[in-house]
Amino acid sequence: MSEHVIQRMKDLPSTHLLGSGTPMCAGCGGLGALHEIYDLLGTRTVFVNAAGCMTLLSVYPFTPFRGSWLYTAMASAPAGAQGVRDALDILLEHKRIPPEDDLSTVVLTGDGAAYGMGLSATSGAIERGLDFLYLCYDNEGYGNTGQQFSGATPHAARTSTSAGARGYSGEKKDLFSIWTAHRPVYAATVIGAEPLDLAKKIEKAKRLTGPRLVLALAPCPTGWDFDPQQTVEIGRLAVRTGIWPLKEYLDGKVVHTRVPHPRQPVEDYLKTQGRFRHLFEPARNEALLGEIQARVDAYWANVE
Amino acid sequence: MTRVLLTGNGAAAWGARLARVDYVPAFPITPQTEIIETLARWYDTGEMRGRLTLLESEHSMITAAGAAAATGVRVFSATSSQGLLYGMEMIYTVAGWRVPFVLVNVSRGLASPITLESDHNDLLAARDSGFLAIVCATCQEVLDSVLLAYRLGEDPRVRLPVIVNLDGFTLSFTREPVEIPEAARAADFLPAFDPQGISFRASQPSSQAVAVLGGTPYSYFRYETHLAALNALPVYDEIAGAFEQCFGRAHPAVETYRADDADVVFFMMGAFATKAKAAVDGLREAGERVGLLRLRLLRPFPEARLRALLAGTRGVAVIDQNLSNGKGGVLHTELASALYGMRDAPLLASFVGGLGGRDIGAEEFYEMAAVTRRAAQGGVAPAPRLLYTATELREMRKLQAVAAVERLETGGGQ
Repeated sequence: MSEHVIQRMKDLPSTHLLGSGTPMCAGCGGLGALHEIYDLLGTRTVFVNAAGCMTLLSVYPFTPFRGSWLYTAMASAPAGAQGVRDALDILLEHKRIPPEDDLSTVVLTGDGAAYGMGLSATSGAIERGLDFLYLCYDNEGYGNTGQQFSGATPHAARTSTSAGARGYSGEKKDLFSIWTAHRPVYAATVIGAEPLDLAKKIEKAKRLTGPRLVLALAPCPTGWDFDPQQTVEIGRLAVRTGIWPLKEYLDGKVVHTRVPHPRQPVEDYLKTQGRFRHLFEPARNEALLGEIQARVDAYWANVE
Repeated sequence: MTRVLLTGNGAAAWGARLARVDYVPAFPITPQTEIIETLARWYDTGEMRGRLTLLESEHSMITAAGAAAATGVRVFSATSSQGLLYGMEMIYTVAGWRVPFVLVNVSRGLASPITLESDHNDLLAARDSGFLAIVCATCQEVLDSVLLAYRLGEDPRVRLPVIVNLDGFTLSFTREPVEIPEAARAADFLPAFDPQGISFRASQPSSQAVAVLGGTPYSYFRYETHLAALNALPVYDEIAGAFEQCFGRAHPAVETYRADDADVVFFMMGAFATKAKAAVDGLREAGERVGLLRLRLLRPFPEARLRALLAGTRGVAVIDQNLSNGKGGVLHTELASALYGMRDAPLLASFVGGLGGRDIGAEEFYEMAAVTRRAAQGGVAPAPRLLYTATELREMRKLQAVAAVERLETGGGQ
């Protein structure tokens, strides 16, 4: 990997490291983000995986990764990263492996584990100051089992366990803030549809040592109900409507890396997805649409 | 060699120290905590070289243990009871990774009700996980078994993690004279860890613990783990032989005590076997031909050995310090399956006792021997017995009476 600073699209890597032919769904926003991220992280990495869609990337005897991989379980991928990192540190300290055999540890997790079952292991790893990158592809539900709602599901979204007229009654949990409350060295939100913003953040995260979050919104054609060719457009709309703020946390401060101006109405994003169709059909649910828009407005009112 | 007074926990820590373990992922739980405190101190003072990391749960601890072993270092960990159960998903998982490491389990009864003292239900919950299991009865054996367990688990014919079990309180907190082998002798017996190609290195990328689709690859890998565990039977004998040559202490898969000419034997595992030995001595003095078989190797299960040892025995009193609710004692089932179809197989009598630290008294051993002898003579297995004395029942009734009065007085249950 070249070590130059990424400023323009032209600076993005032109060689692609992640193999094709994986069993991910067509148009998977998580896989798109992973492609971009893996090109930047490179192959001197070990991906420690929590149960989720991407567990199916490495199915015996195939893997798209040119580097290493360890599947753990749903709840404890950060602890797996801890074991690998500690072991590598010991081997390096005792000079039982040369420095060039060292690897970066990357946790690869979906939102189901990241927002729920895996929180304890994640919190523990951050408090221990584990040197790892925590990559969450957030498709806002338990996608691998058919999109039941998770702690990451947005208000009003229809899932297979919230199929009523008002959709999911809860609120999307703020994982970014949960992380920053731990004072990690770095935390960022990204989306595959904004590759330059993503690349800048990965470059930054790569150079730091300690717990680092990269939280990628992952538009999900099967779970969100849209045509796979819309993935990039929906990703852009998530940013332009302000529903997915692109930001980073560094040195104790949160900075928004993209402030959409003017912000498109949030319904431009919602109406692209079947999971929000009940907000528009058979009749517009003005109250609920207003509620969602008001929440987004309130968020940005605190930023701008 | 020096002989010092050590608790079972201290002996476990010494075993890890002499095995020169690189890494100890840890989480505190009574009655195990002394082990990790001791190791933490030795890492701090530099008496041991490596690292102890305190995880936030046993589930994470077992994950980290497996992951570090998969990266190519020698790993040790310890837990107990609820902790073992909390980590159980990973106990099964890391066994399938085929990465050797040693986990000491300090046995303690399981909730509910929550309690502190020993029985073997925690260990038996891991019985089918793929971990090998060595069950100790003395503090010396704890230290020795940790060294044996590394040799066994790391053997290329085996490559499995191993649980070394000791009883909470009766061993964990009891000081016994323990011979601590010299470090150099221990290193002769147990060479440095050889990861045998299972590792994570930038120069040799690898994928470990990947998913499979369908029953064909799944069955293949599960069968392989089973066959490796079975390989561990002859390998264990070989290693125990080498250990005896090196240190002069025998640790066979099944310990026998005055069993050669016995027509009735006790069959059990763990520290209470020491009480059984005293009972055997008492019964022998009274002219009864009674002996003891103590199961040390729970997994792999030394079936052929047990059949050979029990040939000619008329009755076996199986004493289970565990209870499979709705079935009975687990060792009873295990032994019955091992002896099924054997010509002139001894009659088995099932006794459950010693749950949650409950004592098994000398009179109870005598009674179990008598019941078993009578049953063997009559040729009919007696109904399984749950050991409980009239005195205990009276004490229990008093507790219930207090509870009833308190409930009445405080207006509860109205």
